Amino acid sequence: MKRLLTAISLLALTSLPALADPVKIGMITTLSGPPGYLGEQIRDGFQLAVEKEGGKLGGVDVEVVVEDDGLKPGNGLQIADKFMNEEGIKLITGIVFSNVAGAAVPEIVDNGAIYISPNAGPSNLAGASCNKNYFVVSWQNDALHEATGVAAKKLGYKTAVALAPNYQAGKDSIAGFKREFGGEVTEIYTALDQTDFASEMAQIRAAAPDVVFQFHPGGLGIAFLKQYQQAGLLGQIPMVLSEPSLDSVILGAVGDAAIGIKGTTHWAADFDNEASKELVSAWKAKYPDRPLTTYGQQGYDTARLIASAFAKTGGVDDMDALQAALKEANFDSTRGNFAFGNNQHPVQDWFLTEVVAGADGKPEIKTVEKLREAAGDIYAAECKM
Amino acid sequence: MILVIEQILNGLQFGVMLFLLAAGLTLIFGIMGVINLAHGSLYMIGAYAGTWVAMETGSFWIGIPAALVAAALTGFAIETLVIRRLYTRDHLDQVLATFGLILIFNQSVTLIFGRQPLFTSLPGFFEGSVEIIPGLPYPTYRLLIIAVGLLVALGLYFLINRTRIGMLVRAGATNRDMVRALGVDIRLLYTIVFGLGALLAGLAGFMAAPILAVQVGMGEQILLVTFVVVVIGGVGSIRGAFVAGILLGVSDTLLRAFLPGLLRQVMTGPEADALGVGIASTGIYLLMVIVLLFRPKGLFPVGS
Repeated sequence: MKRLLTAISLLALTSLPALADPVKIGMITTLSGPPGYLGEQIRDGFQLAVEKEGGKLGGVDVEVVVEDDGLKPGNGLQIADKFMNEEGIKLITGIVFSNVAGAAVPEIVDNGAIYISPNAGPSNLAGASCNKNYFVVSWQNDALHEATGVAAKKLGYKTAVALAPNYQAGKDSIAGFKREFGGEVTEIYTALDQTDFASEMAQIRAAAPDVVFQFHPGGLGIAFLKQYQQAGLLGQIPMVLSEPSLDSVILGAVGDAAIGIKGTTHWAADFDNEASKELVSAWKAKYPDRPLTTYGQQGYDTARLIASAFAKTGGVDDMDALQAALKEANFDSTRGNFAFGNNQHPVQDWFLTEVVAGADGKPEIKTVEKLREAAGDIYAAECKM
Repeated sequence: MILVIEQILNGLQFGVMLFLLAAGLTLIFGIMGVINLAHGSLYMIGAYAGTWVAMETGSFWIGIPAALVAAALTGFAIETLVIRRLYTRDHLDQVLATFGLILIFNQSVTLIFGRQPLFTSLPGFFEGSVEIIPGLPYPTYRLLIIAVGLLVALGLYFLINRTRIGMLVRAGATNRDMVRALGVDIRLLYTIVFGLGALLAGLAGFMAAPILAVQVGMGEQILLVTFVVVVIGGVGSIRGAFVAGILLGVSDTLLRAFLPGLLRQVMTGPEADALGVGIASTGIYLLMVIVLLFRPKGLFPVGS
């Protein structure tokens, strides 16, 4: 009897690790410095989806390993190597900034791991160098700003000053805006670590355009809008913004002055679908003091996509099956319509938004109308996959 | 023309901010011989403490003493607990220790305030802009910054040149060992100087808060330029810090504002922008190289 018990307990011991060993998902993201809240939102949105399933995604136990890249491409690459070589992680996500993605993503996909972007969608990875192991859940950088170009054109503006930091996503943003706007555009490039825009304000005033388009994510966007207001330009020259320049944290910082600003987005907190409502209420319950931004939504959607694939494959043992399951995008996105194009970037709808005074008197982002339907990106055609 | 004037004002405002930071740094470096990388953290602490108090009390003005006190107290603490042990060590040890302080302060602020930036609103009068000459509205608050910066410069001038403590500071910058040999309590002098530097950094941080986002790591963004100001001005020289601060502020702003436009006259758009932004962002370092070539000890060298 004793021997039988021992045998049973031994058996239990050997089979236990197989049950309890969770699938590790690597998250490289920007948590420190001024744009730290972007990574924080992505991480917490992702974790919210994991917690909703009680530590699982698609019925599979997962462990999310988070590391901070500090907005340094070199760090991102190093963390990716560590994840793959030391921790044996095969599924990585989380990068906020395109310059970090540009360094880390090729290394990850070349090593046979899968990378799913919850934010950055740089043009140089979307076209000819697309890869079957590389997915983007958020948007392709250009597409994000093409929608804003569509909006500016629709609102009847003819001339624009476009400002963006001098790095890949900044160049993509102005290229995307110009492509759909069609009017005359004066381009001004800023530095990615620049927080004082006084000189740019003077240039905008001198150029006196119909509209200002600017792409400044995170803390940069707060500084830009506040200074735009202090320079007395806010009531003078209207602004249309893409979602990274007008997230709900930026809105909170700028306050009432932001009322009336038009923007474009792929998702807003007032979306009327089940998945979105579920996310918004779960976030409010967990983080009552922190507004939910599109970054949090993107992190959440990324986790939901992974869950849909895990439900089919049961984990990362068969990478080809996982890749195929991810490509189906068989999940209820919080943004409504969602599919992957042939370069595995989203094909989705874009919306016009406006900042209005909410019920509690604080400004909030309200969805006005649909601007584009099932829009992909122009680089998809160059992708041979 | 109006654009040029506005850009010069912008440069002036950036310049006085640099001066407020550089004044403390140059004294600490010149008199105590300590490279204090954590100076940017004092700037951040001033911004956070002042902004937090301003948010809680609803008054921007109460934020000012809060910022000054918080930064000065932190400065005293850093000096007594860490820097005091490093006077005799070489610069590498000081850099390591103060770099460690940066990490500690950044992490502590993240723990206390979170990663989302803080924000203040200005008192109504300073929200908007005033028309200083016809056709040129300029943000009132930036004018206030310029005024405060110039007042501080004047105050420091009197403090350094007209008071007993200023005399000791000047003597300390010229020859530390002689001051000590004459029986001056050099430890007290060091603590006062460090506290004064911290105070100015805190003031700069709080003044910058309504314009920039108050966020973790804000000090490191401006610290590098501040070191350039110290080097160009001459280590230990307040006058040098003032002249170099204004010089750098104005030239950096003008380069960024006008160089891409000028290059566009001779080149095609995107290339001109790329080159213009590139040169403009290295402009201040170029200026430093040129100054050091002709005046290796900076514009206003102190001592021998």
